Amino acid sequence: MKIRILVSFKDSVLDPQGQTVKNALHTLGYDAVRDVRQGKVFEIDLAGVSKDAAGTLVPEISDKVLANPIIEKFTWQVIEE
Amino acid sequence: MKFGVVTFPGSNCDFDTFYALRDVMGQPTVGLWHKDHSLQGVDCVVLPGGFSYGDYLRSGAIARFSPLMREVGEFAVKGGLVLGICNGFQVLLELGLLPGAMLRNKHLKFLCRFVTVRCESERTRFTNRSRPGQVLRIPIAHFDGNYFAPPEMLAEIEANGQVLFRYTDPEGRPTEEANFNGSLHGIAGLTNRQGNVMGMMPHPERAVDKLLGSVDGRVIFESMIGRP
Repeated sequence: MKIRILVSFKDSVLDPQGQTVKNALHTLGYDAVRDVRQGKVFEIDLAGVSKDAAGTLVPEISDKVLANPIIEKFTWQVIEE
Repeated sequence: MKFGVVTFPGSNCDFDTFYALRDVMGQPTVGLWHKDHSLQGVDCVVLPGGFSYGDYLRSGAIARFSPLMREVGEFAVKGGLVLGICNGFQVLLELGLLPGAMLRNKHLKFLCRFVTVRCESERTRFTNRSRPGQVLRIPIAHFDGNYFAPPEMLAEIEANGQVLFRYTDPEGRPTEEANFNGSLHGIAGLTNRQGNVMGMMPHPERAVDKLLGSVDGRVIFESMIGRP
């Protein structure tokens, strides 16, 4: 089963890299861009794990390792059964 | 006092720290390998600067899972003296031995230069030889030194007097320009609540000899060693 996890800064945390990308887009004339938040994507291949078990395992991995809960949040989805 | 300096893959200040402690401060010092499980009876563990595991994932995030870190965690809980410098500070934050997290520097630049930091307390195991409000000139060299903590955590840290060093101008004034990396409250170094674990972004081991441009880092090591 393949899982995609998206880790990004919490809304309360300033994201200077996202800000810089936003400024660059504005410089190019893309005025419709209101905000940019940058994050990280992880694709994890799980073997021998049921969908239910993945529901426990993935948040555990994300909280413990992939994201720093003080500054980051995560979302995840199954991309291949 | 017997010091142990931990080497992770990617540490690059371990030898400088070793030199500062053994050759300049004259203390028995051993190198500790991150894969070992023994602290070799040291009185103080130092996590040096560098880019442990290439800073992959987040600074300090992988080093935190090194085998030796379990012993370091137990050592700290029992009141053992632990100092984290730069990347070592980031490891202590990831490990949860110190509160908060590091973000990229505010202008997204790697900063390598001398800064001035003000000593916020002279009643700690890391600063008891300093003068009240003493300003130290010590170099920094980091990309992720922009200290962050959520509001409640930050208030608690301040209320407990855990902030040990703040970026200030040479006169000890906390100006916005002096806060190069954008750290909340200008925090450059802090301790845990018990006061036996300290992390700081400036490199005191790079300020222990006139030849290096400053000897201001010595006061930290002298405080830890506790000699007159």
